[in-house]
Amino acid sequence: MAEMMYWEGLRRAHDEEMSRDPLVICMGEDIGVAGGTYKATKDLYEKYGEKRVMDTPISEGGYTGLGIGASFVGIRPIIEIMSVNFAWLAMDQMFNSAAKVRYMSGGQLTAPCVFRSAGGTAHQLGAQHSARMEKVFMGVAGLRVVTPSNPKQAYGLLKSAVRSDDPVFIYEHELMYNMKGEVPDEEYFHPLEGSEVTRSGTDVTLFGYNISVHWCLKAADILEKQYGISAEVVDLYSLAPLDRAGIKKSISKTHRAVIAEEDEAPVGVGSEIIAIINEECFFELDAAPVRVHSALVPQPYNHKLEMAAIPDHDDVVNAVLKLFGKA
Amino acid sequence: MTLDDKKRVLREMVLHRRFEERCYQAYIERKIGGFLHLYPGQEACCNGVMEAARPGHDYVITGYRDHVHAMKCGTDPKAVMAELYGKETGCSKGRGGSMHIFDVAHRFMGGYALVGGPFPLAAGIAKGIQLKGGDEIAICFLGDAANNQGVFHETLNMAKVWNLPVLFVCENNQYGIGTAIHRSTAVLDQYKRACGYNIEAAQCDGQDIDTVYEYAKTAVDYVRSGKGPYFLELMTYRYRGHSMSDSRGYRSRDEEEEWKKRDPINILRDRLIAAGELSMDEFTQIEKTTDDYIENEVIKFAEESPEPNVADLEKYVLA
Repeated sequence: MAEMMYWEGLRRAHDEEMSRDPLVICMGEDIGVAGGTYKATKDLYEKYGEKRVMDTPISEGGYTGLGIGASFVGIRPIIEIMSVNFAWLAMDQMFNSAAKVRYMSGGQLTAPCVFRSAGGTAHQLGAQHSARMEKVFMGVAGLRVVTPSNPKQAYGLLKSAVRSDDPVFIYEHELMYNMKGEVPDEEYFHPLEGSEVTRSGTDVTLFGYNISVHWCLKAADILEKQYGISAEVVDLYSLAPLDRAGIKKSISKTHRAVIAEEDEAPVGVGSEIIAIINEECFFELDAAPVRVHSALVPQPYNHKLEMAAIPDHDDVVNAVLKLFGKA
Repeated sequence: MTLDDKKRVLREMVLHRRFEERCYQAYIERKIGGFLHLYPGQEACCNGVMEAARPGHDYVITGYRDHVHAMKCGTDPKAVMAELYGKETGCSKGRGGSMHIFDVAHRFMGGYALVGGPFPLAAGIAKGIQLKGGDEIAICFLGDAANNQGVFHETLNMAKVWNLPVLFVCENNQYGIGTAIHRSTAVLDQYKRACGYNIEAAQCDGQDIDTVYEYAKTAVDYVRSGKGPYFLELMTYRYRGHSMSDSRGYRSRDEEEEWKKRDPINILRDRLIAAGELSMDEFTQIEKTTDDYIENEVIKFAEESPEPNVADLEKYVLA
């Protein structure tokens, strides 16, 4: 096991897949000559050339559609959208073309493309560069949504996404590209469906994904050391489909749930997980599930306001304490 | 096109006309649901271009007025009609409907119902051809109104930057749904808009198939030779409304009659008669044979085919 950064895991997956299959290409703004905003395609332009590492014009809807069209004839494009905020401009093509084409063609045509995009609140990027949009993507039939919380997942999920015959949206986080973690030395394919119990516990389940997994892990430490509460942390790396069986299994063990997400609450990951808990294992619950989420505001620029808008591990701890009547 | 080709194409155009008119009837009878966009009046566009291209070899993609384009690529009319009837034997297994005819085996890459949506998909198919090194081209048939979408501009720019083997065919039928082009569009000559992206472009009559063929031959040869994208504008007219719910209150019957004087089937028919290659009786016989075929085989097949199994509702969502 070598330690590498999140962006290095992504870069390694690109490189291995492009090296193996000449039909794997990547495209996006500034990914070639400039090396990529978050370095996920660093040096690949020099290695594979401009036909396979395509610096696109700033035309998100256009180049996303172009990548999808290429996937209709056997190309496996990895389409990077620099910021998930810009993905709004590409959603028509992702939803109406990529996600639906297999169904509306009666299974004749598939769009085996990967959409990678970075989102989340970084450092005072303001309302139009700080959004999370996973909740928009996870309700679309025909689209897979995964979101890596560590370098191993970043590497392994991208590898599996490239090999998948379905369109896969990978939601990354702008603050996580330099995160370090162990990645297997040998080739590794992370499953595109399911969830992972990152930390085992008995009293409450903390559901997280992407960056909120780390708030949950930190909260679980504090809860154990300071309050004697044993928290289980479940990493929902697949947001579509959500792992109903995994959610049920953990709730059947701990009987309490806190869902942590950086996104705003309405129509979100938290509400969906609570719905699944209701449907799958309502009578296992000892208390009403709680959501930890952002305020429903366009992300403010001012740093204090920005921090007040998004949750962190303390909010997870407080939510658990309330659940146990300790706050 | 040889005389034999022209006679064959005349029969095809009659089939395309009568097929669409039969769809109209089936829609009134509620055999066909949803939205239905018919092609009569524009037959010389698809036929002329595809005679210059290689149907079944070149990739074709279009919007929702797509039945004829699929058949011209080689799709069995029975499979198209069965699709309109929502049957399992339809070319999209009853999941697509009129606006989503697909036949990948014949390289008909589908009809899409977001206006302008196929532009970047066509360029992407061309990118795939370029990477794989084939001699196919991608042909994108869309209407004039699609050129007011953002992806038109984004796609033409990328197609030129990357020199992609894609032919954009603009069937300018003068209306975007129910809005006349002069009321919605600043530049009436659509081919001029391609010049903004330094793309070779031309405009010609879309009612006379010989003219369409000549212009399309130049365009197809240009794209296939590796010179990059081409934009061909064909001036045409749809006789029926945008879809079945359109009673054409936005235009005059006089205007419609003017265009019908230059009917694409009549132009070709009369030219063959003048050349001594066809008689009016033979033409009438072609129409009758076509109607019999549509009724006895196409409609019969669609009527008698099974519907999809409800247990298969979620089949084809994911691979």
